[in-house]
Amino acid sequence: MAIKTASGAPAQLPPAGRPSAGQRLWAWLNRRMPIQGFIEDQLTGYYAPKNFNVWYFFGSLALLVLVVQLLTGIFLTMFYKVGETSSFDSVEYIMREVSFGWLIRYLHSTGASAFFIVVYLHMFRAFLYGSYRAPRELLWLLGMAVYLALMAEAFMGYVLPWGNMSFWGAQVIVNLFSTIPGIGPALVEWIRGDYAIADATLNRFFSLHVVAIPLALLLLVALHLVALRQTGSNNPDGIEIKDRLGPNGRPLDGIPFHPYYTVKDIVGVGVFFVLFAIVVFFVPTLGGLFLEAPNFEPANPLSTPEHIAPVWYFTPYYAILRAVPDQRLGALLMLIAVMVFLFVPWLDRSPVKSMRYKGYWSRLWLTLFAISFIALGYLGLQPAEGLYVVLARIFAVIYFLFFILMPFYTRFESVRPVPERVTYHAH
Amino acid sequence: MRTERHAGRIALLALAALAAAALRAETSGPATGRTAGEEEKPKAGGDWQHWHANNDVTDLPSAQRGARNFVSYCLGCHSLKYERWSRLGTDLGIPADLLQKDLLPPGDKPLQYIQTSMPPADAEAWFGKVPPDLSLMARARGRDYIYQFLKTFYVDPTRQTGANNLRLPTTAMPHVLSELEGLKRAVFREETRAAEGGSSRELVFDHFETLAPGRLSPVEYDRFVRDTVNFLDYVSEPTQTARRALGVWVVLFLLVFTWLAWLVKREYWKDVH
Repeated sequence: MAIKTASGAPAQLPPAGRPSAGQRLWAWLNRRMPIQGFIEDQLTGYYAPKNFNVWYFFGSLALLVLVVQLLTGIFLTMFYKVGETSSFDSVEYIMREVSFGWLIRYLHSTGASAFFIVVYLHMFRAFLYGSYRAPRELLWLLGMAVYLALMAEAFMGYVLPWGNMSFWGAQVIVNLFSTIPGIGPALVEWIRGDYAIADATLNRFFSLHVVAIPLALLLLVALHLVALRQTGSNNPDGIEIKDRLGPNGRPLDGIPFHPYYTVKDIVGVGVFFVLFAIVVFFVPTLGGLFLEAPNFEPANPLSTPEHIAPVWYFTPYYAILRAVPDQRLGALLMLIAVMVFLFVPWLDRSPVKSMRYKGYWSRLWLTLFAISFIALGYLGLQPAEGLYVVLARIFAVIYFLFFILMPFYTRFESVRPVPERVTYHAH
Repeated sequence: MRTERHAGRIALLALAALAAAALRAETSGPATGRTAGEEEKPKAGGDWQHWHANNDVTDLPSAQRGARNFVSYCLGCHSLKYERWSRLGTDLGIPADLLQKDLLPPGDKPLQYIQTSMPPADAEAWFGKVPPDLSLMARARGRDYIYQFLKTFYVDPTRQTGANNLRLPTTAMPHVLSELEGLKRAVFREETRAAEGGSSRELVFDHFETLAPGRLSPVEYDRFVRDTVNFLDYVSEPTQTARRALGVWVVLFLLVFTWLAWLVKREYWKDVH
C-alpha cells in the first residue's frame, strides 16, 4: 500500500531492509515467545462458523463475567474482614465508607447471578444445537466441571457476608452431606470444622472462595477453551464446517474469529453491560432475588428466617430436594439432577445434532424441560407446602423424564434432512 | 429457520422487562399503594397489610424531619451503628452547627457513629431483649414493614408495656409515639375457618377505635411516620441516591458504546456472504 502526501508524491517511507524499532522489538519478542503465532493460531487463523446467532454470545459473556468477578473480588478482599464478629460489619463498611465500595460490592453480587444466567443460557444453547455431541463430549464435560466449580464458588461466596440467610443457607446445604450413609455425620463435622456452622466454617469458606476454587475455575475454563479450539465451535445447523474446505484449506463456511467475532462479541458485551448496569444501579437486590432481605440481618443461630431459600440459581435443585418426603432420597435425587447433565452426550441418539432438524418429540421434551427448570426454580423460592409441593413433584418427574427418555425419542422420531452447507443470510 | 434467534431475543427482552418491573417496584412502590389517610374513614385500619410507606428518599426535607424524629423518639433505645453523625449531616444537607446544636447528643463528636446511650444490660432487663440496631431495618424488613409497624400499635392491657402491635404481635416495644398518635383500641371479630377435622374459630382484626387523640392529627401523624421511614430508608443505604444518579450516565454511555460497537460490527460483516 502506498501512502501519498497532499502533493500526490509517495510519502517518505523508512528505507527497505531497515526494520523500525517497533518491528525489531516485535521480532525480539517472537524469537523468545510465540506471541504472533498464538494470535494467528487462535484469533486471526481460527475459523469459526459464520452462522452463529444470538445464542453464541453467552460463551464470551461467561468469560467476561468471570473477569468482572475476579477484579471486583480482588478489591472486595482488600476491605472484607473474615470472621464471625467482623464479616457482616466489614461488608457494611464497604457499602458505606469505602469510596465506591457499594459499586464494587453490587458488581460482585450482581455478577454472581449474571454468571448463572449466562451459563444457563450457554447450556441451553448446547441443548438446542447438540453442541455436546461427538466430537465435543469432552468440551461438554469440562463445561460441566466449570459449572460445578461455579456452584461451589457461589455457595461459599454467599456465606461470606455472614447475614442470617448466609448462615441458614450454609446450615441447610452442609447438612445435606449428613444424609450420606455411614460417614455422613463425621463428614459434615469435617466440612464445618466445628460442631455447628461457625467461625471455622466461615474462614475456610473464605479461603476456598478466594483462592482454591478461583484457581480451579481458571484452569477448567482454560481447558474448556483448549478443547473448543481442538474441535472448533458447533453451529446452529449442527454441521461440521471442517468437512467442507475451500481451495485455501480454510472451511468454506468459516470466518476468522478475529476480527469478525471479536467485533460481534463486543456488541454482545455492550448489550449485556446495559442490562447488567440497570440491575447494579437501579435494582441491585432485584426484589430480593439477587440479594435476599434476611441477609441484611447479621447471622443469628437463634433466629431462623421465615423461609430458608437459597439464591435463585440453586432453587430448581432445592425444589427437587424438598419435593421428596425422605431427606436422604431427596438429597440423592438432587445430586442426580445436577450430575445427569454429564451423561447427555451419550443419551442423545439422534442422527442429527441441531434442533432445527430434530423431530417434534425432541422439541416438545426440550420445551417441557425448560419450563420445568424455571418452574422448579420458582417453586424452590416458595414455602414447601400444599400445592407447591405437588407441583414440584410433577415438574421434577418431567425434569428426569427429559433425560431418561432421551435415548428413545431422539432415536425413533423422524428427523429432517440436514443441508450440506450452513444456513446464512447476509445482513 | 430463525425461531431460535427469536427465542434468544425474547429471552433478552424478558430479562429487560424483568429488570424494568423490578425497577418500578423498588423506586415507586406498587401502583395500588394508597396513603393511609384516605383509609382511616370507612373501616379504620382494616387493610393495614396493604399500607405502603411510599416514601421518597430524595426528599431531603422529609429525611431531615425523619432524622429529627429519630433523635427525639428512637435514639433513646435504638442505635444506627453504621452511620456517622457527620455522614448524616453531609448527606441530608444539615449544616455542621445545626447538627451539633439540634441533633448530636451532648458529648458526642460528629465523627462518632450514632449510638444509643442505653446500656444493653439495662435494655435486656427492662424489655427482655436489646432493642435492635435500625441501620439496616428498612432493607431487612422493608419500608412498608416499618410503616405498618409504627401505625398499628394498639392498647392491650394484657401486655407488660400496655401496647400490642398488628405487624409484630407481642412486640417488646412500648408505644413510644402514643403521645403523638393518641391511643387506639383494636376490635377483633370471630371467624370460623375450615380446618382439618372440623373448623376452628379465630380472632381476626377488624378495625381500630380511637380512645384518646394525641398531639398530632391522623394526617400529621401519618406524615411523621412517613418521614421517619424515609430517614431509615436513607440510613439503610446512604449511597442509594448517588447510585441512581450515576446509573443514568453509565447506562447512557453504554447505550452509545453499544451503538458504536454495532456500527463497527456491521461494517466488518459486510464482507461476509
